[in-house]
Amino acid sequence: MNRIQTEKERSTMTLDGKEVTFTKGETIYEVADRHRKNIPSLCYDPRLDPFGGCRLCVVEIDGARNPVASCTTKATPGMVVRTATEKIEKYRKTLLEMVASENRELDVDPLRGYASQELKTLVGRYGAGTGRFMGAQSGTSNMDDTNPFILRDYDLCISCYRCVRVCAEQEGDYAISIMNRGFETQITTEFNGTLKDSACTFCGQCVQTCPTGALADKKAMRAIDLPGEIEKTRSICPYCGVGCSVDILTKGDKLVGIHPAMDGPANEGALCIKGQFAFDFVQHPDRLTTPLVRGDAGELHEASWDEALDRAAEGFRKAAEKHGRHSIYGVASGRAPSEAAYLMQKFIRAGFGTNYIDNCSRA
Amino acid sequence: MSNPLVDMEKPDVIFCIGTNMTECHPVAATRLKKAIARGAKLIVADPRRIELADISDLYLPLRVGSDVVLLLAMAHVIAREGLIDREFIEHRTTKGDAFLEHVVEFTPKWAEEITGVPAKDIETAAIWYGMADKAAIYYTLGITEHICGVDNVQSLCNLVLMTGNIGREGTGINPMRGQNNIQGVGDSGALPNSYPGFQAVTDPENQAKFTELYGTEIDLENGITKVTALDFCGDQIRAMLIDGENTLLSDPDRMHCEHALKSLDHLVVIDIFLTDTAQLADVVLPATAFGETDGVCTNTERRVQRVRAAVSPMGEAKPDWWIVCQLAKCLGFQGFDFASPKEVFNELCRVSPIYAGLDWDRIDKSEYQWPVPDKAHAGTPRLHEVEFVNGRGIFSIVRYRDPAETVSEEFPVWLTTGRRLQSYHTRTQTGRAQGIDYLLSEEALEVHPDDVEAWGLSNGEWCQMSSARGSVKIRVKATKRSPRGTVFASFSFSDVPVNILTGSGYDPITQTAELKVCPVRVELA
Ligand code: SF4
Ligand code: SF4
Ligand code: FES
Repeated sequence: MNRIQTEKERSTMTLDGKEVTFTKGETIYEVADRHRKNIPSLCYDPRLDPFGGCRLCVVEIDGARNPVASCTTKATPGMVVRTATEKIEKYRKTLLEMVASENRELDVDPLRGYASQELKTLVGRYGAGTGRFMGAQSGTSNMDDTNPFILRDYDLCISCYRCVRVCAEQEGDYAISIMNRGFETQITTEFNGTLKDSACTFCGQCVQTCPTGALADKKAMRAIDLPGEIEKTRSICPYCGVGCSVDILTKGDKLVGIHPAMDGPANEGALCIKGQFAFDFVQHPDRLTTPLVRGDAGELHEASWDEALDRAAEGFRKAAEKHGRHSIYGVASGRAPSEAAYLMQKFIRAGFGTNYIDNCSRA
Repeated sequence: MSNPLVDMEKPDVIFCIGTNMTECHPVAATRLKKAIARGAKLIVADPRRIELADISDLYLPLRVGSDVVLLLAMAHVIAREGLIDREFIEHRTTKGDAFLEHVVEFTPKWAEEITGVPAKDIETAAIWYGMADKAAIYYTLGITEHICGVDNVQSLCNLVLMTGNIGREGTGINPMRGQNNIQGVGDSGALPNSYPGFQAVTDPENQAKFTELYGTEIDLENGITKVTALDFCGDQIRAMLIDGENTLLSDPDRMHCEHALKSLDHLVVIDIFLTDTAQLADVVLPATAFGETDGVCTNTERRVQRVRAAVSPMGEAKPDWWIVCQLAKCLGFQGFDFASPKEVFNELCRVSPIYAGLDWDRIDKSEYQWPVPDKAHAGTPRLHEVEFVNGRGIFSIVRYRDPAETVSEEFPVWLTTGRRLQSYHTRTQTGRAQGIDYLLSEEALEVHPDDVEAWGLSNGEWCQMSSARGSVKIRVKATKRSPRGTVFASFSFSDVPVNILTGSGYDPITQTAELKVCPVRVELA
């Protein structure tokens, strides 16, 4: 057996008066996060390269003249860090007041996206929604983009660039970019056109990382007016074999949307257009809702489960009697869960004693 | 996959062959893109200039069905340049000498003739793959849906074995599975040659074990495959139970398929929609869908994961497992008294060694990749680390064979088929999701612009495409994604049933249909 060197270099630093250990390469934000310091942040997404744009995550370091952004500053041995002094908390509040003043609304519906409540929550936490800066709005919504999936409500954009970064770093599509600077900053596609005419694949990752709901899930938003709380159920995407983890969003008995699971082992927060947006086949009016049985006139008509099961069983019994047990064949589904496949093969093997069972992987 | 999905971010050299990953497995492709951004080299072999080709460092546009030739020539170069891993070959493989001898004759020059790939690019690909510390292979149906699908896979295995690119991080041979539980359905024993957990049915010990478990004497010989069963419909095969598969659209040679199902005395289909296939059934049983069902699925990296119900079933729809149980009980079969999917899954775990360490509660957090032989085992993210399942890796002597049909005067064009990002399989699901039409409203035949002109077609207009089996009308889309002389269409739309044309042959071992190659004639409609 070869022994793999797993021991990483560990050192210590002081965090809010307590000595803590860290691994070389960790940022102050990451160390603080492990110790549940709850440093506020807006441009931070743990999956992305640190960016240091919003300055909300600043902390004080002994010996440093000015506070530093904790998300971009690496922890060093012996460092003494304070994450929430009165001065810093005041600074954060002012920053949030300025950010909030530029936005049309803060109280966005959670159906807009996974991270859409981040700004709203922070403004609430800091009591920063007072409108002290009543400024002009930055960013202009692109309502001409009539794609059915992604709302581009840039009136709510705070220029954290998480969308641009997730598209480049996580999705690898480079479909969107930043135009202009400062107050005029605008998120755009190549040639300032629609997403459909860009490299966008409608994976929805930009929607799910947006902290203000500026980018929003149009399909989920159809359910905003439905009564009831949003509930989440962890499951696996029904499409390809990658097996992305998702949270199914429901209101009452209605499936209203999908969130990628940030801790899903196969996808780590990513989805594609199918997993993100193609969920509404589930409660579609075309669904089969009762068993069907072929009548004497050759038509399929609705039947009770008892009648349908009897008919189904009768056909197999007759075939086996007349033509022997090798006249019956089973095809299991690659779409249904394993319990179905297991029982299909058991049905054939235990019931007829043959191996006349297969699945759809040959096609 | 021999290696876990996270390993896709780790290779130095990535070799993708016969996989349109950005469209078929988009989330997996994002991991490759990360590896590339980190500096990994990407080699792409595919007849079509797919998106992956655009981001590759080396693109090998091979003629459809000539994969074995390309791979033999790569092996030739690796051997000639001394890039083989002698230690690995000696300790972990057998028949290496015969293989190295075998590849001496297959020069890149010879391969260029058949594949159309420049010999110097074959050399480069082989040298990159052979020199890499960590090289990984990814493939999908572009490798398997051929009459020589097994030869193709074995050729890839040969490359892996000769360079020792297996059993380590960022290496391996990785088929990407197409359906959410296509891995799980095989694991569960829905195969004519194996019991649950891939236990061979021809092994008398396994037979004895299951005879005891199930209380029935079970045949010692392999069953027939679905392809053969369809051939025998109306003859030996009289009754079929099909769970959730739109056979008519997804299987090759639609006419044959439809005829086969119609000639049955009895057809029962379990599905969530009244598909083309369900419409032929005597009894259709409504199943629960995603979001309505509790159960277990296994993904392409062998990760066993829970799916969960979030809403009530539509109407009277029932879970597939329940339906099969009821049917079995109506027939008086023993051993179908399950009250929950948990009980079913736990029985599956008890009877299959690869799941032996698992049960319903243990997989709650998606932590395990099989094999998990016992409760103390942490699972197996990476296969073949110290040993292959059967001890040593065996080199295979593979030779090139022409596809079942090759282009001729009558059918001078290669048709190859596949999938598209926005639609899934036969569109029973995506076709019913709002908004998808905005991006993909109908099927089109992708034709190189030069061919569009040469064949007297025009972009956006209809054409008639015929093979030895039938003919379809389809719109023309001029695109340089298709090479000259090769056209592409997906099989997703029922109004353009491309599978009327395909189905020229099957792999003799797996009976996988040659969906990737079909000579056709394309003319103005
Ligand atoms: S949907 Fe995906 S591809 Fe399109 S802009 Fe957003 S992150 Fe990029
Ligand atoms: S659209 Fe959202 S994610 Fe993108 S920069 Fe604006 S606020 Fe950030
Ligand atoms: S979170 Fe650190 S600067 Fe925005």
